[in-house]
Amino acid sequence: MEHTIPEKHYLNEATGWKSWLMTLDHKRIGILYMIMVMFSFFLGGVFALLIRWELLSPDKILMGPEMYNQAFSLHGIIMIFLFIIPSIPAILGNFVMPLMIGAKDVAFPRLNLASWYIYVIGFCFAVYALFTGGIDTGWTFYTPYSSESTTAVIPILTAAFVLGFSSIFTGLNFIVTIHRLRAPGMTWFQLPLFVWAIYATALIQVLATPVLGITLALLMLERVVGIGIFDPAMGGDPVLFQHFFWFYSHPAVYIMILPGMGIISELIATFSHRRIFGYKFIAFSSLGIAFTGFLVWGHHMFVSGQSDLAAVIFSFLTFFVGIPSGIKILNWIATMYKGSISLDTPMLWALSFLILFSIGGFTGIVLGTLSIDVHLHDTYFVVSHFHYVMVGGTVMAIFGGLHYWWPKIWGRMYNETLARIAVVMIFVGFNITFFVQFIMGTQGMPRRYATYLPQFQGMHGFSSIGALIMGVGFLLIAIYLIYAIFKGKPAGPNPWRALTMEWETPSPPTAGNFEGQPILEHGPYDYDKVIPENALKPYKTI
Amino acid sequence: MSQITEHPAHLQHHFTDVHQQAESAKLGMWIFLLTEVLLFGGLFCFYAIYRSWNPDMFHNAHAFLNVWMGATNTVVLIVSSLTMALAIRSMQLGKRKLTMWFLAGTVLLACVFMVIKYFEYSHKIHLGQLPGKWYFFEGIAGTNPHIFFSAYFLMTGLHGFHVLGGIGVITWLFIKTARGSFSPEYYTPIEMTGLYWHLVDLIWIFLFPLFYLIG
Ligand code: HEM
Ligand SMILES: [Cu+2]
Repeated sequence: MEHTIPEKHYLNEATGWKSWLMTLDHKRIGILYMIMVMFSFFLGGVFALLIRWELLSPDKILMGPEMYNQAFSLHGIIMIFLFIIPSIPAILGNFVMPLMIGAKDVAFPRLNLASWYIYVIGFCFAVYALFTGGIDTGWTFYTPYSSESTTAVIPILTAAFVLGFSSIFTGLNFIVTIHRLRAPGMTWFQLPLFVWAIYATALIQVLATPVLGITLALLMLERVVGIGIFDPAMGGDPVLFQHFFWFYSHPAVYIMILPGMGIISELIATFSHRRIFGYKFIAFSSLGIAFTGFLVWGHHMFVSGQSDLAAVIFSFLTFFVGIPSGIKILNWIATMYKGSISLDTPMLWALSFLILFSIGGFTGIVLGTLSIDVHLHDTYFVVSHFHYVMVGGTVMAIFGGLHYWWPKIWGRMYNETLARIAVVMIFVGFNITFFVQFIMGTQGMPRRYATYLPQFQGMHGFSSIGALIMGVGFLLIAIYLIYAIFKGKPAGPNPWRALTMEWETPSPPTAGNFEGQPILEHGPYDYDKVIPENALKPYKTI
Repeated sequence: MSQITEHPAHLQHHFTDVHQQAESAKLGMWIFLLTEVLLFGGLFCFYAIYRSWNPDMFHNAHAFLNVWMGATNTVVLIVSSLTMALAIRSMQLGKRKLTMWFLAGTVLLACVFMVIKYFEYSHKIHLGQLPGKWYFFEGIAGTNPHIFFSAYFLMTGLHGFHVLGGIGVITWLFIKTARGSFSPEYYTPIEMTGLYWHLVDLIWIFLFPLFYLIG
């Protein structure tokens, strides 16, 4: 069946740059976020490649140790605060979530737009810091170094502080939207699992981010006014900063991964054409993760001088964090079992997620084991662990989600062949880059150094080649996705024959999302009961 | 499919009815207040830790705060919470003039609070009872008394900013009320500001004993 682009839709209903910069439409705000966040991803990626370039040899290639400290700090700060934390909620959450629950918009559209402007302000502070001395504290801003470093600490702290507000506003908006704006008939247990994930994420955003805000504010006062509360010479305590920081930043890792897990639930169900297995388990495990995530921050501080008793308790509690994630993995696998799986590009991203995130999660448990972490802390093993969860998990999910909803967002299809080549490149490149880092870590290669012992040269070189493959892969994705916006084949309302509500509107959707008030007729995963209309290919039976 | 419903001017297009809109605003406000509690939570944590490490110093230092000024401010804020609540009630009953009086009263009391705070602060600044490296007062026994004043200025300072914010918003409500923007059917902004104002009051009710009444 040939599809056409509808005449009027949210992209052309108003034109001119003002109609974008003043828009209150959640779909357009999602796209504004997409532009900024993906640009940040590009910037962070450039720093990543510079780091890997330098590490081709233990000797100086591009930069000395000071420059190197700046490169990994900027890489981390940009990737964490400007890219991964806002990414899925602000782009896809904004675009898709209201459509999924049958709402016309989020509860507070003006606040939504404000959150984008606040993000842009934070972005500007970060760029300003970049050009006025850079930053060399690492993304963790540990005291006492961060109160002494001569780099642009204040601007970068301001950036993170401001970005926190953007995150809080998004979270607040989404909680209210999900509570109050669901279509008639859509009960909590008929919400798509992506919505549950966004909801759990929003709770963490709202509960944890204010603590980061006050922590960064205290650090700024420490530097500017010299209040001395993190300075042992004045009766203060630098470890207190670490407690405050990780009280936010461990929950924040779930801000990063939970929405990704939500996307994976959608992808696995859609491309297995099967009712999702253990719906309630997946939904509640999101809340479980949100809750347990608040109890384990001390596992980042096993060797920072917290009491032994605290370390043992935190280690024990850390093991519990693995359970909800494990529940999800098992349910996804059970969903695929006996499903009729089609391996379209989004599903390939989802499968990559399953493999890579599992490795990342298991090594997290390894690190949570107190006696092991004493040796592995601050080595490449940790670096590899968190890249397996953040890139292997979240980034796979983002790109899976972007490919899945691209035809909904722009109404057009990307080139499937190129897309499959890209996903394979990323998967292979990723493993080349990071798997050897586990091995280097166990052999004692410490993180955050510009140089290394000659014995690591081979593995570092191997790792850098992987990074290059990934870099080319992402470039390829950028090219064919942008091409698809203008020249892609019209996709039709429901190219994947999925059952969630966003596929019942035209692609691209109309400005007001739906004609009148949509009413729920079937659950999000009723593949055993309903055959979706508008199918591109004939619907495969299970 | 859509029913024909009344569409009052204050109803935004993405809500189905006024009720849904008001309920959304309320939930949003409660969540916002929660983030405020967590923001202050970090500072309360800070206070608890350093006080437990330096109990004697905190005790000695607190004697230099003026209990009478603190107590007066407590009463002032509690009364302002009452006038704020009465402002909401008056608008529910449609008494616009009365609402304006109560809002003006609330702003006035908030200003009284800030003036008293100003006298307290300037006295301490004068004596050098200041945070961190600015501290130069002599006469408080115990190590690092500047930490007490760091906590004092940070927590009452952040609270003071919230009072100033409140003054701004309530003044804006006063103007809107004068222009007739609110009615017994629509007074959500007044109600939401009321919630905020009660929280500001509540935080002070914790701060007062923690700083002025250390036993
Ligand atoms: C199965 C769940 C997980 C467990 C048990 C776990 C455990 C740990 C532990 C114990 C550490 C500290 C290692 C050290 O510094 O010595 C760590 C570090 C880290 N983890 Fe995880 N983790 C889990 C999942 C995640 C996820 C989902 C993410 C992000 C998406 C993440 C991101 C990080 C980051 C960024 C660090 C390093 C922070 C730094 O020092 O710069 N982790 N993890
Ligand atoms: Cu952690």
